Amino acid sequence: MTNSIEEFEFTDLILATGTNTTENHPIIGMKIKRAVRQHGTKLIVIDPREIDLVKYADIWLRQKPGTDVAVFNGLMNVIISEGLYAKVYVAERTENFEALKNTVEKYTPEYVEKISGVPAEDLQRAARLYAKAKRANIAYAMGLTQHISGTDNVKTMANLAMLCGNIGIEGGGVNPLRGQNNVQGACDMGGLPNVFPAYQQVANEEARKKFETAWKATLSPKPGLTLMEIMQAAGSGAIKALYIMGENPLVSDPDLHHVRAELQKLDLMIVQDIFLTETAQMADVVLPSASFAEKDGTFTNTERRVQRIRKAVPAPGQAKADWEIISELASRMGYPMEYSSAQQIFEEITSLTPSYGGITYRRIEREGLQWPCPTSDHRGTKFLHKDRFTRGRGLFHAVEYIPPAENTCEEYPFILSTGRVLYHYHTGTMTRRAKGPAQRYPECLVEINPFDGAKLGISDGQAVKLKSRRGMVEAKAKLTTKSAAGTVFMNFHFAEAAVNQLTNPALDPIGKIPEYKVCAVKLEKA
Amino acid sequence: MDRRILINLKIDGKDIAARAGQTILDVARENDIYIPTLCYLAGTTKAGACRVCLVEVEGARSLVASCCMPVSPGMVVKTNTEKVRAAQKMIVELLWSSGDHNCLTCEQNGNCELQNLIYWLKIDKPRFAIEAPRYNQENTNIMIQRDLNKCVLCGRCIRACNEIQVNEVLDFSLRGSHAKVGPAFDEDYINSACVFCGECLQVCPTGAITYTQGKFAGRPWEMEKVRTTCAYCGVGCQMDLFVKDGKIIKVAGNSDYGKPNEGSLCVKGRFGMDFIAHPDRLTKPLIRRAKGEELQEASWDEAYSFIAEKLAAIKSASGADSIAGLSSARCTNEENYLFQKFIRAVIGTNNVDHCARL
Ligand code: SF4
Ligand code: SF4
Ligand code: SF4
Repeated sequence: MTNSIEEFEFTDLILATGTNTTENHPIIGMKIKRAVRQHGTKLIVIDPREIDLVKYADIWLRQKPGTDVAVFNGLMNVIISEGLYAKVYVAERTENFEALKNTVEKYTPEYVEKISGVPAEDLQRAARLYAKAKRANIAYAMGLTQHISGTDNVKTMANLAMLCGNIGIEGGGVNPLRGQNNVQGACDMGGLPNVFPAYQQVANEEARKKFETAWKATLSPKPGLTLMEIMQAAGSGAIKALYIMGENPLVSDPDLHHVRAELQKLDLMIVQDIFLTETAQMADVVLPSASFAEKDGTFTNTERRVQRIRKAVPAPGQAKADWEIISELASRMGYPMEYSSAQQIFEEITSLTPSYGGITYRRIEREGLQWPCPTSDHRGTKFLHKDRFTRGRGLFHAVEYIPPAENTCEEYPFILSTGRVLYHYHTGTMTRRAKGPAQRYPECLVEINPFDGAKLGISDGQAVKLKSRRGMVEAKAKLTTKSAAGTVFMNFHFAEAAVNQLTNPALDPIGKIPEYKVCAVKLEKA
Repeated sequence: MDRRILINLKIDGKDIAARAGQTILDVARENDIYIPTLCYLAGTTKAGACRVCLVEVEGARSLVASCCMPVSPGMVVKTNTEKVRAAQKMIVELLWSSGDHNCLTCEQNGNCELQNLIYWLKIDKPRFAIEAPRYNQENTNIMIQRDLNKCVLCGRCIRACNEIQVNEVLDFSLRGSHAKVGPAFDEDYINSACVFCGECLQVCPTGAITYTQGKFAGRPWEMEKVRTTCAYCGVGCQMDLFVKDGKIIKVAGNSDYGKPNEGSLCVKGRFGMDFIAHPDRLTKPLIRRAKGEELQEASWDEAYSFIAEKLAAIKSASGADSIAGLSSARCTNEENYLFQKFIRAVIGTNNVDHCARL
């Protein structure tokens, strides 16, 4: 996030799009609701689903799934044509405005209505409300990124924020809400094929030299493969061994049939996890690891705050902390890693990761620090891009709308989106083993609009079959207006009704994120 | 009101400078003068309902509720007069006698604000006969247990649900002597719009709302509290794990330092931690010694050697780029760092990614 969680409560307007935050990040949802109810903050929701936040919204734009770029361009069209944009900010801090202006010109409210189904008048109202707010905060999540146009979606949203001078101010910003506890940290630590910790490029010679010296090893200058590419390469035989730490791609990845077939081709698959997950069951070696309550370390939250976790209970049986396992394995392979504590590893991290440079376990004993925190006297950074953007001037990206990869047709007339529900988390390995959440949400439900239910003779609680070009799953129907007519929603927490049998692995060409939010399906009684 | 204006007053004979807009209670707390409270809940509207926070203000006709009374210049406040104590005792004895406060088996024993107040006021027994309502305990869900026979009608749960979490589930369902707190239509939580954040549980001063799974699992003084960060979503809530004999008994939000959650949690953080002690946890390494065979238990030594040999063989036959690793958004920074270091420095490839995009 460019800004901080606390700022959600104290701003003039929040635009929430592609984020069902009251279920996925409930404490942020809580702050948004408090802002609306107690501090007079305006709320615009742009979402195909009638999520809980809609109840609190001043304006709700219900676009057809996958038409976000058109909607954002439409908002900017209104703001520019009515002269409501932040002219001084645009002139002083940004570039490429003319190109943006030219591109959005054709996205008139009427044209956008045709693409997205959002009434022209609502779009205009939303545009004016957003532009007139002194400080406006945009929050988004996977609903925006899990599209083939995911990168475009994020860029147009950043365009909108810059256009109204909302980046680099307190209470503003463009704020991706991270769904998993340490996504931010995993990225910061270089768990990505092209960068070392702190996003230092592997292809950059200077960066590589620095790590070669520190690690006393020769490092490859060639950026590696992304997750989806790794899977494909496993299928083609180019990848022969895969080491998976704490992930369950056999439930979380799109087009599961395919993933299983690909993983089966591996010569060696190592899975390190706390449970025998669907993925671990396929492995050649399974290593038992400690849960977060059984070890020390740090997580970095969605607002870049580095916080401690502490060992509270012993790990079961012979399970070990992941860092201990990795160190031992490295040593066995002739590369001694001798760490006596997580803290010692953290000290190595901060010596190589400039944005973490000033953080120590001592300093975050009480309250976490937000990076960038380069030096030991730096107090951390509440919001980014205060006086300038990282690259100097903020660049507008003129982006055209492209339709989703898969369209509905006679055979597959419904649009399926996937996501999470409040009571469960990711592939369900943890929450489904928690009695309370499992009692409250015991089985997978497909959310279907009552109108469609009536048309197909499907009633609440009835078993239904969902088919796509890639597979079929069965689950129970839940009739709700949360889903618009013609769309259905399903979560991916239940391996026995794995919605990713259906999903389309079509990738955003830059972000390499699969299009989980749009695929065409057929719906029938089971 | 200009909050910078200083107001001078006296509390218990001490000269104190306060800011305009502060209540007597705020000022007393800031100056380490103890005034007991029950219905007061920071961050929510002031109810002034329980009247336990009564004080004497010179010139006022009756005792005043310090949580609601703003300070004014020249005010003379006394918190510990006989009149104040007598009134407090009366209130507390009424509360005591109108509930079924059986501390013997109460999970809040030792941690109950009513119990502490009774002790502090040095009351042996209530002067009134105990006439508790006979509500059924609510056991219909396995997260939050409610025993309204212990409810003192302070309304904290209601304000927490509506003003802190903004879930808008709880209210007083009836008024007067039949007053009762709960979801609309006096429903059980499980049949209401409750989302089980447990904020009501965390703020209840008595044993009226407690952790179902905490029942008979440990007394407050037997548990060690370990502060950590929630392992579910990216908010990173600060929480306390209550541990007894190597087991986590319950989880509460930590508000010692505030950010990012100021003591609040959601259902996953508060009630989603059973997995840690689940019998399905992996406890030993497993190896599939030949393709097509079942996974079998192995020692760490065997597992390490197995992996090290195979990885070395694959690397020398097909090159480092034929090996890949997936690190994890669930693991710590230290582990993610070490994992990519392993893939890059030990294996020699940049084929490392994680599932953040999914
Ligand atoms: S658990 Fe949360 S939502 Fe449910 S009644 Fe209590 S405060 Fe309200
Ligand atoms: S249930 Fe607890 S918090 Fe709610 S009114 Fe009763 S005593 Fe107060
Ligand atoms: S308690 Fe809930 S909101 Fe807080 S970090 Fe955990 S999952 Fe997220």
